[in-house]
Amino acid sequence: MSGLPILSLMLAVPAIAAIACLFAGDRNARVIALAATLVNFVLGIVMWANFDIGGAQWQFQERHEGLFGPFNYALGVDGMALMLIMLSVFLMPLCILASWEAITKRVGLYMAMFLVMETIMIGVFAAQDLLLFYIFFEAGLIPMYFIIGIWGGANRIYAAFKFFLYTLLGSVLMLIAMIVMIGEAGTTDIPTLLVYNFPPETQTWLWLAFFASLAVKMPMWPVHTWLPDAHVQAPTAGSMILAGVLLKMGSYGFIRFMMPMFPDASGQLMWVVFGLSMVAVVYTSLVALVQSDMKKLIAYSSVAHMAIVTAGLYALNQQGIEGALIVMLSHGVVSAALFFCVGVIYDRLHTREIDRYGGLAVNMPAYALFFMLFTMASIGLPGTSGFVGEFLSLAGIYEASSTVAFVCTTGIILGAAYMLYLYRRVVFGELIKDDVKAMPDLNPREWAILAPLAAVALWMGVYPESFLAPMRGDVTTVVARLAPSKPAGDAHLAAGKPKAAAAGHGAPAHGSSHAGGVQ
Amino acid sequence: MIQAIVFLPLLAALVAGLGQRVIGNVPSKIITTGALFVSCALSWPIFLSFVTGTGQPEVVTVLHWVSSGALQFNWELRVDTLTAVMLVVITTVSALVHLYSWGYMEEDPDQPRFFAYLSLFTFAMLMLVTANNLVQMFFGWEGVGLASYLLIGFWYKKPSANAAAIKAFVVNRVGDLGFMLGIFGTFLVFGTVSIPEILAAAPGMAGSTITFMGGRFDTMTILCLLLFIGAMGKSAQLGLHTWLPDAMEGPTPVSALIHAATMVTAGVFMVCRLSPMFETAPVAQGVVMFVGAATCFFAATVATTQWDIKRVIAYSTCSQLGYMFFAAGAGAYGAAMFHLFTHAFFKALLFLGAGSVIHAMHHEQDMRYYGNLRKSIPITFWAMMLGTLAITGVGIAGVAGFAGFYSKDGILEAAFASGGGGVVAFWVGIFVAFLTSFYSWRLVFLTFYGKARWEQSEHIQHAVHGEHEDPSAEHSGDDHAHAHHPDAHSDGTAGYHPHESPLSMLIPLVVLSIGAVFAGIAFHHQFIYPEEGAAFWKGSLAFDEHLMHAAHEVPLWVKWTPFTVMAIGLFLAWNSYIRNTSLPARFVAQFKLLHQFLYNKWYFDELYNILFVKPAFAIGRFFWKRVDEGTIDRFGPDGAAALVQGGTRLAVRLQSGYVYGYAFVMLLGLVGLASWAMVNFL
Repeated sequence: MSGLPILSLMLAVPAIAAIACLFAGDRNARVIALAATLVNFVLGIVMWANFDIGGAQWQFQERHEGLFGPFNYALGVDGMALMLIMLSVFLMPLCILASWEAITKRVGLYMAMFLVMETIMIGVFAAQDLLLFYIFFEAGLIPMYFIIGIWGGANRIYAAFKFFLYTLLGSVLMLIAMIVMIGEAGTTDIPTLLVYNFPPETQTWLWLAFFASLAVKMPMWPVHTWLPDAHVQAPTAGSMILAGVLLKMGSYGFIRFMMPMFPDASGQLMWVVFGLSMVAVVYTSLVALVQSDMKKLIAYSSVAHMAIVTAGLYALNQQGIEGALIVMLSHGVVSAALFFCVGVIYDRLHTREIDRYGGLAVNMPAYALFFMLFTMASIGLPGTSGFVGEFLSLAGIYEASSTVAFVCTTGIILGAAYMLYLYRRVVFGELIKDDVKAMPDLNPREWAILAPLAAVALWMGVYPESFLAPMRGDVTTVVARLAPSKPAGDAHLAAGKPKAAAAGHGAPAHGSSHAGGVQ
Repeated sequence: MIQAIVFLPLLAALVAGLGQRVIGNVPSKIITTGALFVSCALSWPIFLSFVTGTGQPEVVTVLHWVSSGALQFNWELRVDTLTAVMLVVITTVSALVHLYSWGYMEEDPDQPRFFAYLSLFTFAMLMLVTANNLVQMFFGWEGVGLASYLLIGFWYKKPSANAAAIKAFVVNRVGDLGFMLGIFGTFLVFGTVSIPEILAAAPGMAGSTITFMGGRFDTMTILCLLLFIGAMGKSAQLGLHTWLPDAMEGPTPVSALIHAATMVTAGVFMVCRLSPMFETAPVAQGVVMFVGAATCFFAATVATTQWDIKRVIAYSTCSQLGYMFFAAGAGAYGAAMFHLFTHAFFKALLFLGAGSVIHAMHHEQDMRYYGNLRKSIPITFWAMMLGTLAITGVGIAGVAGFAGFYSKDGILEAAFASGGGGVVAFWVGIFVAFLTSFYSWRLVFLTFYGKARWEQSEHIQHAVHGEHEDPSAEHSGDDHAHAHHPDAHSDGTAGYHPHESPLSMLIPLVVLSIGAVFAGIAFHHQFIYPEEGAAFWKGSLAFDEHLMHAAHEVPLWVKWTPFTVMAIGLFLAWNSYIRNTSLPARFVAQFKLLHQFLYNKWYFDELYNILFVKPAFAIGRFFWKRVDEGTIDRFGPDGAAALVQGGTRLAVRLQSGYVYGYAFVMLLGLVGLASWAMVNFL
């Protein structure tokens, strides 16, 4: 195993397939893309199976120094990167399948874009060189522009433009910060930078610069307004990959760079993250409640979920960070599934207006069942993936601040309200509209997409240990790194007088204590 | 064995729910009902082993669930006395309700789905009561919430059913917010979510203080109150009760199983399970007692004015749950569990009896259109009669009585004996016992006695004229127009002949009647007698022998008062609804405002609509239109675009579709800039 450069292979397979797709016919392009993504998925499983939990922090490392200028080609994964790569290679074949019939225009180019996207996503998570990371990180925008801009909806230009403007601003700041970091530390090697101690005052500026870029990617309130437009305009598979993986790049940046590299700043500025996250949970949930466009609703719910991620990460403790990572994986699966659920009925009726549907439970029972499952996973019903992540991160947040935990937990009420309201309007009710009546239930291809997503959502909910175990050591490392600068929680538990503990039993004590309670 | 009890219903639900198309209707029903009867048959020996004192508590680990730092919990099944009580309640009522549904849901085209939901519910409820850690309890808690949501909205074509289902889920989530924060706080304080470990450590935390949301509180008080908010949601206590009456939109067997016998008692179970925690927090206990007494009173007053037979029973349930809570607040957890146990039998009986009436009356639920049914459906009548005797607590102190007599009097005596606020709760409880008697007998008299008033019912008219009616046409009995067709039949029957329900519905009624009659006399020693109780509960809840002793030695008038007020209530109901039937109308005319206030359920729904629902939508719209689009976008990306347009006319190119090329060029530029910067900096 050690001899095989598996990460390079996983970068190369989709890249080569992308070139092939450009020159193949429509039908061949689809087959090539599916085959390549499946090969990568298998490679991912091989990598996961060979990942040594509790072994070296960085595994499957490859390194070629100074390929051109200061750039090093250095790859490697730890448990967190491994899990996010698994998420990417798992979703990719499903995205290709989701586009199988929906995309008829310039299929070769479309498939090539998706394959390029896969290479870029794996690159982001596997890069061990700061500049290599930056190139992949920014390059991810290009295929997304094309996917929205060419195969998107009516207002795609506006959406792509907004996406671009937002991201541009943040990127420049992050690039400058990276250059400063390289100048200060004298290396572009990420593992080295992870243990390098930047002066605290520099950290603050670096932190803010990274934050500006990553907050847009996440997206955090108030730089989230590109997301609903991008989702609405993107084709189904574009939304799946955007919500599923691209949004995770921002939070990956938090846990990979901002937290371990700038621990002092992280401790000082955690309230910035908490504040914005609290606003986002309540604000975007309320906005989601009044949406009439299905994709916009789910897009706004994504912002709320990502706010739980940011708050969980900045709880700076084991539960908060592990929970946030599980929310990232869970949201990747569940939001992709929800966007596909929208795509299924969009393909049949060509509208995303919620009011155009109703009564689908009658003629599409299998669809109704899957949609219910993912709705519940999004709400965070225990037994599904959503719960484990939400619960752990909120438990972590509570340790840092009960107030923040309270505000973030209101998301479970609002989340239930907007998702069930959506579900009711689409699936329940009387089936009266003729065109809705004519919609057939899921076909085998759609089954093949939804069934694996459902299986993973349940697996992660019932036995999350499979996903937590590889990441545990990495999270512990980050927590230890942050420990000196982490502020104490707000609980300030103070022991009572020992005498009080002895009382409490016996009838006389009862009577008097109750009197105090009621009056 | 416990694994079989818990997981058979899940297995059955999956087979029936997912495989219905393959295996068909009848096999689906056989599998689910069969699984429940097996679970039930396995549960009773466990319970009886605890009754006889041979049963030993055990914990079976099924699967590892989560470990994150110190926060670790597994899928575990705990069996002790408290669980055993719940096991028999859940599996017995559930098995009977499955059987009953064969008859009740016979005309429904969607039966496998219904049975699958019922079994799924049972599984979740069993997971709740076998939980050995707070998170698994929360799993069951949410699982029963899901099943409740699905079953309330079972007739998903009805807008009112959908609205009720969402309301139930969302209101429960408000309670869950408290429950979750309670779990987080408990973990923070104790470093574990394992229930036995928390309970063992709780006394050591008495008197300690903690900061919660900026304020400084007694640790155990704040934790208990947060957890209790969860219990309030699930058990429909005052403030979070609004979903329960609406939940009657679901089919009647669902109301019997979920919204009377089992799920709504989960809050009581939780407080009893965590009773050693509550014992360390007297203030929290006081709140539990206060909320329980307030709910008890509130719901009983509303129940006296409702016309819909199911809503009367729903408010009655709400009120009885209040009794259980104030018993728990008084420290009489054994009495609370005893009432939970007996209530499960007689309330399920009343609901299933009501279902049988509704079945006979062709889906009519409004008691104004009932009357004189005792001769047409005698078995249902006698079942309802026994249920009413049980709920009103008929019995003679020291001799014998129906189930509710033992449990309700046990609660009232314990409340009295606990002194202080308990005495106030006792008097509230006495007044509510009077109201309970009044509204329960009112229901019986309106339904089974007097003259037939069927001809005014639309449903009966439909039935008589042979029009087809949707089986999902059970509807709430609010004042919608009932057509008044004068008919040739002067006896008020409109020529309709109600039929007794099929055997599948009558057997459950008979079995539950046995429970309603004998559950009290058979088990009251174990549940509430001081010495036997301590031996029975074996520490599975905080059983206070001193308090139970004191409860037995209350003055004689305390023991006789409940019976007296019951008799007054019975007389008043008889006087108003049999002897002098114009009296209620005159009373309503006299006290119009009071009646309106009660009839409209104290206007809670209207209040919440103004306070929460409407503002949520309005604020959401404001954030979306005014902030997102009107401010962020306007001064952010759109503003930037306008700026560009004004300055360089570049926007023309942007808008004509060159954005990709532009973006690409910019990116290349960025890379170039990076390279340049590096060469110069490094």
